[in-house]
Amino acid sequence: MAEEKKTKRRDFIFTASYTLGAVGVGAAVWPLIDQMNPDASVKALASTEVDISSLQPGQSITVLWRGKPVFIKRRTEEEILEARKVDFKELPDPEKDEDRAKNPEWLVMLGMCTHLGCVPLADKGEYGGWFCPCHGSHYDTSGRIRKGPAPTNLEIPKYEFVNTNIIKIG
Amino acid sequence: MNDHNYTPDSKLGKWFNDRLPLLTLSKHLTDYPTPKNLNYWWTFGGILTFCLITQIVTGLILAMHYVAHADLAFSSVEHIMRNVNYGWLIRYVHANGASMFFLAVYIHIFRSLYYGSYKNPREVIWIIGMIIYILMMAAAFMGYVLPWGQMSFWGATVITNLFSAIPLVGDSITTWLWGGYAVDNPTLTRFFSLHYLIPFLILGLVILHIWALHVPGNNNPIGIDLKKPSKDTVPFHPYIVIKDLFALLIFLIIFAFFVFYSPNILGHADNYIEANPMVTPAHIVPEWYLLPFYAILRSIPDKLLGVIAMFAAIFVLIILPWLDTSKVRSAVFRPLYKQFYWFLILDVLVLGYVGAMPAEGTYLLIARVATAYYFIHFLIILPILGKKEKTLEVPISITDPIFAGSSNPAMTKKYQDKI
Repeated sequence: MAEEKKTKRRDFIFTASYTLGAVGVGAAVWPLIDQMNPDASVKALASTEVDISSLQPGQSITVLWRGKPVFIKRRTEEEILEARKVDFKELPDPEKDEDRAKNPEWLVMLGMCTHLGCVPLADKGEYGGWFCPCHGSHYDTSGRIRKGPAPTNLEIPKYEFVNTNIIKIG
Repeated sequence: MNDHNYTPDSKLGKWFNDRLPLLTLSKHLTDYPTPKNLNYWWTFGGILTFCLITQIVTGLILAMHYVAHADLAFSSVEHIMRNVNYGWLIRYVHANGASMFFLAVYIHIFRSLYYGSYKNPREVIWIIGMIIYILMMAAAFMGYVLPWGQMSFWGATVITNLFSAIPLVGDSITTWLWGGYAVDNPTLTRFFSLHYLIPFLILGLVILHIWALHVPGNNNPIGIDLKKPSKDTVPFHPYIVIKDLFALLIFLIIFAFFVFYSPNILGHADNYIEANPMVTPAHIVPEWYLLPFYAILRSIPDKLLGVIAMFAAIFVLIILPWLDTSKVRSAVFRPLYKQFYWFLILDVLVLGYVGAMPAEGTYLLIARVATAYYFIHFLIILPILGKKEKTLEVPISITDPIFAGSSNPAMTKKYQDKI
């Protein structure tokens, strides 16, 4: 009886030591891993302001935000119509155009293919929007994936209109 | 390992060897009994060691002149090419050396596949070899990023984005890999650090690979177990050393041809354009040695499944010793396996070819068929073939058939005809 009790006591001490050791090692290793995450200077570049006053309907510009290209497109009436007339429920990644463009004339989205991160080409592809040359993903005039390996629509970053001429991304 | 009782001749040698038995090790390596029928496909182990040392030495020198910074990397490579004494030579040897390394490793791997060198009792040698191969791919990929050209940048983008396919944590992992929200300076500096580290990991694994090899000894073209030492073996030095050196010489001629006559033929012209995160080149193609895997990735229309298939293509190689159920090692005595083997080589070459082509139309169809066959070969054909195949009779030794002492009539027939 006393022997058995002693064994249990030992087991408990072993388990407790291993657990504490594991927690200690984990705590020591975490900084070594976390140092690879975006640092303070990278995070500081959180927002960019862009002057869009010179854009005519149908034109677009690409700006760099956090090292990623952002497409700012002033859409034509037809392009907006095109994007809104499809039944969004049938799309691979169902999303309403109304939810993607706060102001229907302006489409702001990350210019990174959601497949493997290439920059899609504007006014190309089977849906009149964007086409990714790397692995052949087609996006429509709302930047929604229509055909190809990309799993989701082009991402919409956080942005706001500071005034009619300036968009703040981030 | 029959020479543990070795005693050096000199007194100093004995004194040292008692404290650190390096001389025993050296004696073991020179006397190491090697099958006497090893053919030239067996010289690639030595060639690969040479390649590794070359990459380490040239890489060490390049690191003295290269600057790992997004703003400076591209021009520092041009600086190496134009200003540093013999910089062009060292860089071309390093860049083409990577290709030669892969050429040699593919021959080395396919040698194993043909002669069944991965089978019992050599599974651990094989697995260590596969880990080395995976590390080689990682090192090559990161090295290709360092010049910070367009292919560097977009290759890095595409490959790191593979990890974003992982459900739930994918995006956090890619951000962690990048150290930012896209491939940028933090990515470049960490790739440089790891590119410098990996060759030394490989070196360590190569030592384990050779150590594990020296436990059962070399496989051989007829894939039988040998008595060692015996009339079937020769000492490693000088017989194999000389043969390896001769093969290395031929290999160096090919190597030198690339370095001096077409140093850029295996690279991509777009990598002489500095990295630009706003423009993706029309055609992103990895280095030739990764093309078959790239073809497998692209052949599957789903992002996650494509990535899984690509990693699975490597994983099936790791578990190969348990997929191939045949007790006979060498393809010499496996008439059916021999044909499937050549068909697999054709399949991998086809995958490499379509990997370089745009992923559409006929190319995509071919890529899908070839991908399917690749997995069928390893997961279905090999396990079944090992059980069903009628193998030829295996000789009991290398030497005996020559003197008509074999139980194998086919092997002794030639001898009898001669008399």
